[in-house]
Amino acid sequence: MDNKVLCKEDCEEQKKYDEIRNVIDLYRGKEGCLIQVLHAAQKIYGYLPLELQRFIADALDLPFSEVSGVVSFYSFFSVQPRGEHTIRVCLGTACYVRGGKKLVEHIQKTLNVELGGTTSDGKFTFEVARCIGACGLAPAIMIDDVVYKQMTPTKLDALLAKFNERGGEK
Amino acid sequence: MHSIGSCRICVVEVEGARTLQASCITKAVDGMVIKTNSERVQKARKVLYELLMSDHNKDCLNCKRNTSCELQELGKTLGIEQSRFEGEQSSDPLDVSVSITRDLSKCVLCRRCVTVCNEVQGTGILSAQNRGFETVIGPGMDLPLGSVNCAFCGQCTVVCPVGALKETSSIEKVWAAINDKTKRVVVQVAPAIRVAIGEEFGLPAGTRVTGKLASALSYLGFDDIFDTNWAADLTIIEEGTEFLNRVKNALTGKKSVLPMITGCSPGWIKFIEHTFPDQLSHLSTCKSPHTMMGAVVKSYYADKLGLKPEDMFVVSVMPCTAKKFEIARDEMKNNGVPNVDAVITCRELGDMIKEAGIDFINLPDREFDAPLGMSSGAADIFGLTGGVMEAALRTVYELVTGRELPFDKLHVTPIVGLERIKEAIIKIENPLEQYSYLDGVEVKIAVTSGLKGARILMEQIAEGKSPYHFIEVMGCPGGCITGGGQPRSSDPEVREKRLKNLYDEDESKTIRKSHENPYIVSFYKEFLGEPNGHLSHELLHTHYVKRGKYNEHTDETFVLDFPKPEKSGVKTVKPSEPLGISDTFKTRSREELESVTILSLEAENKKLKSELEDTLETVDILKRVIADYVQGK
Repeated sequence: MDNKVLCKEDCEEQKKYDEIRNVIDLYRGKEGCLIQVLHAAQKIYGYLPLELQRFIADALDLPFSEVSGVVSFYSFFSVQPRGEHTIRVCLGTACYVRGGKKLVEHIQKTLNVELGGTTSDGKFTFEVARCIGACGLAPAIMIDDVVYKQMTPTKLDALLAKFNERGGEK
Repeated sequence: MHSIGSCRICVVEVEGARTLQASCITKAVDGMVIKTNSERVQKARKVLYELLMSDHNKDCLNCKRNTSCELQELGKTLGIEQSRFEGEQSSDPLDVSVSITRDLSKCVLCRRCVTVCNEVQGTGILSAQNRGFETVIGPGMDLPLGSVNCAFCGQCTVVCPVGALKETSSIEKVWAAINDKTKRVVVQVAPAIRVAIGEEFGLPAGTRVTGKLASALSYLGFDDIFDTNWAADLTIIEEGTEFLNRVKNALTGKKSVLPMITGCSPGWIKFIEHTFPDQLSHLSTCKSPHTMMGAVVKSYYADKLGLKPEDMFVVSVMPCTAKKFEIARDEMKNNGVPNVDAVITCRELGDMIKEAGIDFINLPDREFDAPLGMSSGAADIFGLTGGVMEAALRTVYELVTGRELPFDKLHVTPIVGLERIKEAIIKIENPLEQYSYLDGVEVKIAVTSGLKGARILMEQIAEGKSPYHFIEVMGCPGGCITGGGQPRSSDPEVREKRLKNLYDEDESKTIRKSHENPYIVSFYKEFLGEPNGHLSHELLHTHYVKRGKYNEHTDETFVLDFPKPEKSGVKTVKPSEPLGISDTFKTRSREELESVTILSLEAENKKLKSELEDTLETVDILKRVIADYVQGK
């Protein structure tokens, strides 16, 4: 039973790596293709762990330090698994003074997640953002691509509950 | 080659250009009008310097590079007498491997090490990681240097302008041994040291100071002053014999691996173990000269003195940082006792001589001690690119033909010089009877120094297209004369000067061929028996380990724990912790300084609150105890 599960996981892993290899084959030899490859690889794999970075370095014949240098330069790239949803609490000036930091604290407590971390159930990744340009709606948060206005801890609880339910339906 | 211009201290005003230009990377063109000392330039340079210093650990008095630091020198040149910009400093941990120590709190991000690692050596271990304020130079994903495929060549430690990259010091260990009266402390020096150590005391680049060097070692308190050169002669006999056997086997249809490649350079060895793990059989099985010396000291010489191997402490003075890694290898031990106990670089020896208050410049000349201090000229040139090959040819050619190597002053001209890859063909004609099978054979040789050249030759081998029979590889460009442990020189011709003077040292000797060294001849008679014999194999030969690019074939790493004193007064230095992979992510997610400050303040607040609670609880308990006591009374 366990073996079967393992095999299934391995096969999926293998499939992802094959897919990434195909992308690399498309780009190989083109100058400056590393970012595109990393972009595609993150889309396929979800994030860019050490092993995957090494795989890409070898396939493109680049030093590993160069690949990890690019990965760590751009905040878009992640080296840890990301949650299903990304919560970004705005800590621009307006949101900050209207209670953004309370939201940060609240999320850390209720979801038991560190800043930059992902919840243990893989549901949410928690980050803070610079000003997201919604100062009139302060304090604002974003979940994935949607902005939620004038957030309070209570409203936030209700919102997160909705996301959890939706996940439950899946 | 280094065209990054990141520090921008050298800015100048170019007429017509909107901003100041970094003069180190701006090409001069016809008609350009440049002001190098205008008010704007002067002010900008000072501000740039102060900004550079604002994120620098200014612990100069406790820094290895104190008074030999380019940043310090620059401050003096610019007339800086204040540092106006104080603020948060990036938290940069310390990373210590057996060979190289990285102290990133001192790094100025000039990226010279990145250039030397990527462009010169082609190893690509060091690169800029993270972004902006968080930028560090490192192997990526916060991996310690000792855990990755770094060859420990140490070229980065030579170009580092500050104390960020340096050899991991063994000075204390050596002093401890010297001061331990129960140990017989034997020291040996590599050939390249004698044309470099003088630079540590202000002598011109490449000055030959062999006699003073031996004197200084004696004054430092070593019991025996031996010369790695003696073991270099021994290496030639062993390696030459091994090569002849390989060629004989190949010609007579037996199993044989050619080309054979020299294995004296431990950085090169680590490189091939990581990069070409399937080609290790090409390496000569001979240990490097200084480990051979260690093995001989702890067997032959210990027997002579009536001492146990454990009572001997062997120190090697090497132009090399990788040698520190080499002696930590299991393969460089006999019966569990390491062949060599400590390696210090040329720079470290310079520091020890200064520490002991020895007036090096005015020392009288001294000879090395017998019997393991006498050597031929062939041994001297082990320290320069092409030298091991030439030394081997001097012996092998004469052994096979009975005639001297047919070159002017015995120098194999095609392999003399500093080019990346050199090659030559030596034709064997009219050999002695027992080597008749070699008649007419053309021996194809190649010599390379620097790992970029080594990679080219190895790729040929891996593809089965190598035309050569014998290859010499030295891990550092130019060979040991410009090794990673050699003095940092500002003389642009330092390589040429050290090279020339080491050839001069060779020519100054009466005996120029290893097999004519009488101490080698008698050593075989008295102890070893024959070259490549049973005892040789036990003591002087070894094997190597498949590692793989990501150490996939081995669990061995070379990271050291490092005791570092807690610094209470200096808020800029974060208590150093070994680098962990998880740090990267934490660091990266700190996009917003504000939030970090808030969070840390809150964490501290929380901590203080809980401490307060604890204290209150303790007070309560004490109150109760007192109450009980009073009642009881």
